[in-house]
Amino acid sequence: MASIAAPVEHATHGHDPSFVRKYIFSTDHKIIGIQFLLMSLLFLLLGGLLAMVIRWQQGFPGQPMPGGGAFPETMISDGIVLPEFYNSLVTMHGTFMVFFAIMPLLVGVFGNYLIPLKIGAPDMAFPRLNMASFWLAVPAGFLMLAGFWVEGGHAAAGWTAYAPLSADPEWTGVSLGQQFWCVSLIVLGLSSILGATNYITTVINMRTQGMTWFRMPLSIWALFITAILVLLAMPILSGALIMLLFDQTLGTTFFLPGDGLPILWQHLFWFFGHPEVYILILPAMGFVSDIIANGSRKPIFGYHSMVFALIGIAFLGWIVWGHHMFQSGMNPTLGMTFMISTMVISVPSAIKVFNWLGTIWGGSVKFTVPMLNACAFVAMFIIGGLSGVFMASTPVDIYIHDTYFIVAHLHYVLFGGSLFAIFGAITFWYPKMFGRMMNPFWGKVHFWLTFIFYNLTFFPMHQLGLEGHMRRIYDAGRYDFLAGTSGLNVLISVSAFILFSVQIIFVINFIVSWFKGQRAPDNPWDDTGLEWTTPSPPPHGNWATAPTVHSAPYEFSVPGMEADFLMQDQQRERQPAAPSGGSIEGGAS
Amino acid sequence: MNWIMPPGASTFVSPIDSLYYMILVITGIAFVVTEVALVVFLIKYRAKPGRRAHYTHGSVKAEVIWTAVPTIAVVLIGVLSGGVWNNIRGRDSVPENAYPIGVHGQQFEWMITYPGGDGALGTDDDFELRNQLHIPVDTPIAVHLTAEEVIHSFFIPSFRVKLDAMPGMPQVLWFQATETGSYELACAELCGIGHYRMRASVTVHTAEEYQQWMHEQGQPVALK
Repeated sequence: MASIAAPVEHATHGHDPSFVRKYIFSTDHKIIGIQFLLMSLLFLLLGGLLAMVIRWQQGFPGQPMPGGGAFPETMISDGIVLPEFYNSLVTMHGTFMVFFAIMPLLVGVFGNYLIPLKIGAPDMAFPRLNMASFWLAVPAGFLMLAGFWVEGGHAAAGWTAYAPLSADPEWTGVSLGQQFWCVSLIVLGLSSILGATNYITTVINMRTQGMTWFRMPLSIWALFITAILVLLAMPILSGALIMLLFDQTLGTTFFLPGDGLPILWQHLFWFFGHPEVYILILPAMGFVSDIIANGSRKPIFGYHSMVFALIGIAFLGWIVWGHHMFQSGMNPTLGMTFMISTMVISVPSAIKVFNWLGTIWGGSVKFTVPMLNACAFVAMFIIGGLSGVFMASTPVDIYIHDTYFIVAHLHYVLFGGSLFAIFGAITFWYPKMFGRMMNPFWGKVHFWLTFIFYNLTFFPMHQLGLEGHMRRIYDAGRYDFLAGTSGLNVLISVSAFILFSVQIIFVINFIVSWFKGQRAPDNPWDDTGLEWTTPSPPPHGNWATAPTVHSAPYEFSVPGMEADFLMQDQQRERQPAAPSGGSIEGGAS
Repeated sequence: MNWIMPPGASTFVSPIDSLYYMILVITGIAFVVTEVALVVFLIKYRAKPGRRAHYTHGSVKAEVIWTAVPTIAVVLIGVLSGGVWNNIRGRDSVPENAYPIGVHGQQFEWMITYPGGDGALGTDDDFELRNQLHIPVDTPIAVHLTAEEVIHSFFIPSFRVKLDAMPGMPQVLWFQATETGSYELACAELCGIGHYRMRASVTVHTAEEYQQWMHEQGQPVALK
């Protein structure tokens, strides 16, 4: 390993870097990826913890919460969650999960870690921008945390911060909290924009010899397209946030009735927000494609359709934002337009699901922990995708809009989808990151318990929504028509507590494996990607000499080869006479 | 989980619930087909010694089929939804003889303005009640919806009615109750600390009872 590492201690690091330069203010994409991983896993735990308080109030309203005494009196008084704190809880659970957990886990962690390693580059195009990207995200996170302790409490207008509730402190009693929220997200947006610039440049310019566009693994395609969405979408959010901040602090009236327009916030927020939804799922789709091909020991089915489906989703993702606003009173004809575009965007998602099924079909499936999580992604994404059709239908949406049906839907996509893909990706690339294997037994225990209690938590929420149970309400007991939902709420809460508890297994497995796990070989999963041609963990600079790519990304079980995988830097030794049936480049190109 | 829509009492219940059940059937079929395929493939094609995976890169025919089928399904759902949407929410959908009632959302109550004896809003005999919506049955009601300071959302689950009350942007929504009785009006958009208790009672009267009730409020009534 040392002999490989030595020659690549090149120009920027002529001497052995200090601990601080190597592990804290590092410019190495791998270290930055791991830094993002640790940061976003902490925020994931925090977001989960906030959800537990929400679930306590929903399952057991008016009863003292165990451990509630640890919270300040302004949040939880005598063990009872206060309504103003409840509004902050739902706001901050959403904010932390979307912006500080799922988005950095998908983009910050794996964008950084995988892009150079999978395209054969020594590092990112702009390593210092990359470092800046992480070190902007950290203060943004601290600022967001600090909001809990300011006067008036934290932001309480929902993670979507609908104006005028968010724009004028008079209506929530929250002023500083909402401002911290705005500034934190503006800073985080800058971090994301720097990261996205880096990813795009790196993918375009730094692919190694032979790594043509259509030899890129789908994870890299997904991260590349996601980066373009981030670069185009985040500035819109930042602009809207600056306007919101001005409304709060400088007396402007962008989003206030009278001189301004409250609905303008929704248009701006969702014009960012819907591409954001795809930012939160496209990379997951990419990782799952890599893992399912590997676990099925088969080339991905319809590689080209998979790429075009990603591109199609990315384009259509810009013209569906109005489906969040069907009941806002916007022009009903516009509602019709957005309904049709929303219906159409479900097609590329369906194509992807069918291609994953096609990949598993005829495979030789190995049930590794990453593969189990990837299959759970497919199974849960199907549910999340199909439940979206109900809300896309504008008349049905009249009834289920802003109820628990949408809460169920979004958690099937973001937890059942993105988070299972993240568990899959972490367990898949952990050996490369840390040079050790995670314990597969505890990995499977964690997977099955998570899968079961995840479904027990979120599936019944569809029913709550059908009963008309509004989201973000502190106490459903106020309504006669919701009297029958208390039993379901208890079931959901108890399942949620267990779901959260079993994540301890993952945390322990993650930490213990880091120090005591079995040593990982270079290529523990017999995968084809370039990252597995370098030691685990890879040295600074990744390769002594840049690899050359000769093969398509998912050449598993190639006929006539003894091994059941052909790595991308290998050449097929024996070319069989013109292959019959599906051509090598197959697919719907 | 019973997937059944709760009972309702307006003319929108039947078209909306029918659409819902249609989508439930279509997505239900898609759900069963894909999930069963996933589980069957995972079991059938599990790794066994001596068997190699089938080496293929895909099939254009399969891609065409599974692009076309979902496209047809969602376009069908879209077209059918569009018709219902137009009848409920279209700009010209409010019946001309609709009985006008003003609803004003404010933190954290619904102020209901009744048109009084002349059956028209904005006249001297209008009167206002807090958190009490009384309407006659089998009569189209045109709710003139406004909001005071933040966004509220006018939600009567039993009538399958929901529309945001936007400050500075008055809107009209209509519905027609089909059964007398008591129902609930809730706020469906997070509007502040008291959002969860922003509730009003909805009472649907027969036409005679409604006139009687109007008299009790000191108002003669003229239903159009």
